[in-house]
Amino acid sequence: MEILEYGRQGTELGYGLEPDRSIWTRLHIDLPLLIALTVMLGFGLMVLYSATDGNMPELERQVALIGLAYVVLFAVAQLEVRTLRQWAPWLYLGGLCLLVAVLVMGDSAKGAQRWLDFPGLPRFQPSEVMKTIVPLTVAGFLARGSMPPKFLNVLGALVILGIPAVLTSMQPDLGTALLIAVAGVFVLLLCGVRWKLVFTALGLAMAAIPALWIFYLQDYQKQRVLTFLDPESEPLGAGWNIIQSKTAIGSGGLYGKGWLNGVQSRLDFLPEGQTDFIVAVLAEEFGLLGMLFLLMLYSVIIGRALYIGAMAQDLFSRLLAGSLALTFFVYVFVNIGMVSGLLPVVGVPLPLVSLGGTSIVSLMLGFGILMSIHTHKVTRLGY
Amino acid sequence: MAITGTGCSVIGMAGSTADKMADRYTFKDHNREKQIFLSRLLIGGIVVLVLFALLITRLVYLQVFEHEYYSNKSDGYRIHIQPVPPNRGLIYDRNGVLLAENKPSYTLTLTRENAGDMDASLQLLGSIIQFTDEDEEKFRTRLKRRSVPFSSVPVRFNLSEEEIASIAVNQFRLPGISVEAQLVRNYPQGDLFAHAVGYLASISEEELKQVDQVNYKGTHQIGKMGIEKYYEDILHGTVGYETVEKNARGQIMQVLDRTDPIPGQDIVLNLDINLQKAAVEALGDFRGGVVVLDPTDGGVMAMVSKPAFDPNLFVEGISKTDYAKLNDRTETPLFNRALAKYSPGSTVKPFLGLAALETGTRTREYTIRDPGHFRLDGDSHIYHDWTWWVSKNGHDLVNLEKAIYQSCDIYFYDLATDMDIDTMHDFMFRFGFGRNTSVDIPQASNGVLPSRQWKRNALGLPWYPGETLNSSIGQGYTEASPLQLATATMLIANKGKWYQPALLRKVGTDSEVIQRTSYLPDIQLKNPDDWNLVANAMRDVVHKKNGGYRNNGTAWPYIENMGPMPYEMAGKSGTAQVVGMAADFDNDAEVPEKYRDHALFISFAPANDPKIVVAVFVEHGEGGSSVAGPVARKIIDTWLVEEGQLKPQFQPVPDGSSSLITSLSP
Repeated sequence: MEILEYGRQGTELGYGLEPDRSIWTRLHIDLPLLIALTVMLGFGLMVLYSATDGNMPELERQVALIGLAYVVLFAVAQLEVRTLRQWAPWLYLGGLCLLVAVLVMGDSAKGAQRWLDFPGLPRFQPSEVMKTIVPLTVAGFLARGSMPPKFLNVLGALVILGIPAVLTSMQPDLGTALLIAVAGVFVLLLCGVRWKLVFTALGLAMAAIPALWIFYLQDYQKQRVLTFLDPESEPLGAGWNIIQSKTAIGSGGLYGKGWLNGVQSRLDFLPEGQTDFIVAVLAEEFGLLGMLFLLMLYSVIIGRALYIGAMAQDLFSRLLAGSLALTFFVYVFVNIGMVSGLLPVVGVPLPLVSLGGTSIVSLMLGFGILMSIHTHKVTRLGY
Repeated sequence: MAITGTGCSVIGMAGSTADKMADRYTFKDHNREKQIFLSRLLIGGIVVLVLFALLITRLVYLQVFEHEYYSNKSDGYRIHIQPVPPNRGLIYDRNGVLLAENKPSYTLTLTRENAGDMDASLQLLGSIIQFTDEDEEKFRTRLKRRSVPFSSVPVRFNLSEEEIASIAVNQFRLPGISVEAQLVRNYPQGDLFAHAVGYLASISEEELKQVDQVNYKGTHQIGKMGIEKYYEDILHGTVGYETVEKNARGQIMQVLDRTDPIPGQDIVLNLDINLQKAAVEALGDFRGGVVVLDPTDGGVMAMVSKPAFDPNLFVEGISKTDYAKLNDRTETPLFNRALAKYSPGSTVKPFLGLAALETGTRTREYTIRDPGHFRLDGDSHIYHDWTWWVSKNGHDLVNLEKAIYQSCDIYFYDLATDMDIDTMHDFMFRFGFGRNTSVDIPQASNGVLPSRQWKRNALGLPWYPGETLNSSIGQGYTEASPLQLATATMLIANKGKWYQPALLRKVGTDSEVIQRTSYLPDIQLKNPDDWNLVANAMRDVVHKKNGGYRNNGTAWPYIENMGPMPYEMAGKSGTAQVVGMAADFDNDAEVPEKYRDHALFISFAPANDPKIVVAVFVEHGEGGSSVAGPVARKIIDTWLVEEGQLKPQFQPVPDGSSSLITSLSP
C-alpha cells in the first residue's frame, strides 16, 4: 500500500474544490471559532478594564496586541497545513535559539529571566511561543511514522519536547516549562502511545518527585506548593493571594457585585490582579453566572477545536489540532484551579483574558493553525 | 489487550487486531489510525468535561455555599498589616547638644477609599486652610504612588493650631480626611550644621530601589546629604508591624498584634557647637569654609561652609522660590566650601619644605639671595615674589625657615628647579593631598595633586618645567580642600602620626568614643627633627616679631595684635590668585570682588602640644595672613582660652617631654 497523505493524493489525483464553499471557507476562517474568540477577547477586555482600574495606556497596549494577534491568526490560517509542517523544524530551531538567548541576555522580571528585549521590537517571551511550536514539531515528527508510535519515536518526541521544557525551566519558569511539555505529551497520547508506557512514565515521574523537590525546585517554588497545601500558614506572603482570591470569588456570590464594583480583588491584591489572578476580579464582579458564561465560552472554543481535530484529514493535522485543543483546556483549568484554590499557584495567565500580549498572540497563532486545518481540506468531487 | 490497554477497549476487537498487524507491517492503515485517534480524542473530551465539572463544583461551593462566609469577610472586618516606621536616631554634637531631633508635627491626610467626592473636598479645603495649587499637585503625585489600599496619603504637612481647629469644625464636610500626628525631622540649630549634618527629604523611587524595601515600608524620608545620608543605616532603625482589624470604611477597630519597630540609634558627632558658631562668626561677611580637627584623634570638631542654608526647608518639601534662592550664582549656599577644592597657595610651603629636607634636595643651611624675581633658564617669563607687588624688592638672604615664615616664593621657585614634580607629588600624597582620606565624608573633593601621570591622564599633555614652579607655591594645577589642608596640617602637628578625619564620635549616647586605627601609614622622616624645624617655622609665621626689615612672621602683625595670647600658635598663610596680575599692576586700585584673591590659613595650637588644628578658606578674602589668619585665631581662642587663661584641660604638659619648641635649636 502506498504511503500517501490525503493532501498530496488530492492534488495528484485531481480532486477539485467543493464548488459551493462559503466565503468564510475561502477566507480560511472558521466562523464559530472566530465568533467565540472575539466574544472571549471582548469580555476579557471588559474585565481587564476593571482590574487595571481604567489604566488606559495598559489597555491600549493590550488592544494593540490583540490586533496583532488577529493579524497573526488570519495570516497563519492562509497557510497550507503541509507548509506549516515543513516549517515546523525551522520554527523549532529558531525557538530554541531564542530560549538560549533569553538565558544569556534576557531581561529579568520578578527574579526570572523570561523576556527578550530586542531594540525596536516589543518585549516578548519566547517560552510562550514555544507552547505552540512544540506540538507542531512533535506532531510533524510523529506523523512521519505509523500509529501507535514505535518506542524509538516516542523517545525522539520526548527529546523534542524535553529540550525547550528544560531550557524554560532554567529561566526559571517551571509553570511554562510544564505546559510546553504537556503540549508535546498530548500529541503523544493522541498518537496512541501505549497505556503501559504512559503509566510506567507516570509511575517514574511520581518516584522522581522527591528528588525533584530536593535538587531542582527553587525555594519560591517549594513555597508555592507548601502554601497551596496550607494557605493559612503564611497569611502575609504567598498564602495572601490565595486567601484573597478565594474571598473575592466567594464574595461575588451568584450574581456578582457588578462591573467595576469589585472591592476585594481590586483593592487587595493589585500586583497580580491584572495577570494571573484576573479570574478573581471576574468572579467577584460577575458572580457565578459570569463564571459559567466564561466557562461556556471556553467550552465552545475547546469543543470546536476538538471537532476540528476529529474532522481533520491527515494524521499530522489531527494530532496538532487535538493537542492544541487539550493544551488550551489545560491553561484554563490550571489558571482557574489555581485562583480558586484547587491547585498550587503556578504562573499561568488566564488564556485570552490576562494582561500580557505574548500569550494571546501565541494562542491566536494556535487558533490560526486550527482554522488552516479546517479550511484547507481537499474534498473529492461529488463526495 | 494487555498491550493496548484501556484506550483500545473503546474501539474494541477491530482495533486490537489491527494493532497486532501494525506491529508486523509498516504500512499505514488510515481508518485504523483515525479510530485510535478518535478514541484518544474522546477520552480527552471526557476528561475535559469532568474537570470543567470539577471547576464548576468548586465555584458553586465558593460562590453559593460559602458565599455568606466570604461576603462577611469581604464586606465586614478586614485584617490589615500596617507598617510602623521606626523613630529615627537623634544626632548630637560632642557636648550632647541636639543637632537633629524628631518633632511632632500635624499632617492632614486623606484616605481615597473613604473620601467620596475628593475634588469637592479638596476645593473646600482650599477655602478653610492654606492649600495651594502646588500642594494639590504634590498630593496627587503622592496619591498615585500609593500602593496599599485604605492607606492614608499626606495632603498637607505642618498644620498650625488654627488650621487643626478649622478642620475639626468642618470635619463632617470632609469625608476621608483626618489629622495625623507624625514625627518630623527638625534641625534646631538651623543653618549652623547644614553642610555637616545634611538633611532628610522624601525618598525618590531610585533611592527606594537601593534600600531594603520592606524596612522602608512606612518610611517616607531618607538622608540626602552629609551625616544623615552617610549614617542612614544606623539612624533609620528597623520597621515594626501592626496587625489591625479595619471595618469597610477603613477605620481601625482593634489592634490584634504588634511588633514594635526598633528605633534608629542616636549618634554623637565630633562637632562642637561653640567652634562651629565661632567659625561662622569669625568669617563675618565673607563666604568661606572652615575645618577644625582634633589632632589627637582626627575628629572633625567644626566643618563650616558659609553661606549655609536651613535644612528644615527640605524636610517637608522645599518650595520653588526657596529653592531658587538656594541656587544663587554667587552665594551658592548649597555648595560646601569646606570640602571643595581651591588653589592652596603658600599653605603648601611647609610640606614642600619637608620634602626638600627629606629628599636631600636642600639642607637646613642652604641660603639664597632673593632679588624679588626669578627667571627659569631658557624661559623668558619672569616669576615675581609676592613682595614685588608691595615694594619692588625681595627677601634678601633666605634659608628654609625664613622661606616659610616670610613665605618667600623665590626660595621655592629655586627649589622647584631641583625637585621633580613627581617627587613633590609622591611626598605630598602621603599627607592626604590628591585623595579623600576621611572616614565618613565621601562627598569631600579629592583635590588635585599634579604629577606627570596626572597631567597625561587628565589633559593628555606633557609636563612643562614652568608648571613645577607654579606647583611649588600652591598655584597652577594644585588644588586642595580646607579639609585636606587641615588633615595635612594635623600631620605636621602630630609629627607624621595619621588619624583619618571623622565626623562620627560614637554611636549611642552612653557608649565609648570610637577608637579608629588609620589605614594610612604614618609618615616617618629620615631625620625626625625636620618636623620640629618646620613646626618652628610655622610658629614664627605667627610669633616672630620685631626682627626688623623683612624678618617678621607674615601673620604676626595681624594675629598677635588681636590681643594677648596665653598659648603659642603655629600657622601658614596662603593667598591664592584667582586671576593673574600684571607685573606693573597698580596695587592700590580697587579689584572687583570676583577677581580678588582667595585667602587661606592653616594652623595648629598650642604649638608645643597641639590640641586643635584649623584650616580656613576665605573666598576672595585677599589676605591669607590678614584675613584668614585672624579667623583661625578666633576659632582657636574659643577652644583653648577662657577669660584670658588657657582652659584647664589644655594646660601644657609640665615636664615638657612632648614639647616641640624645647627640642629646637635656637
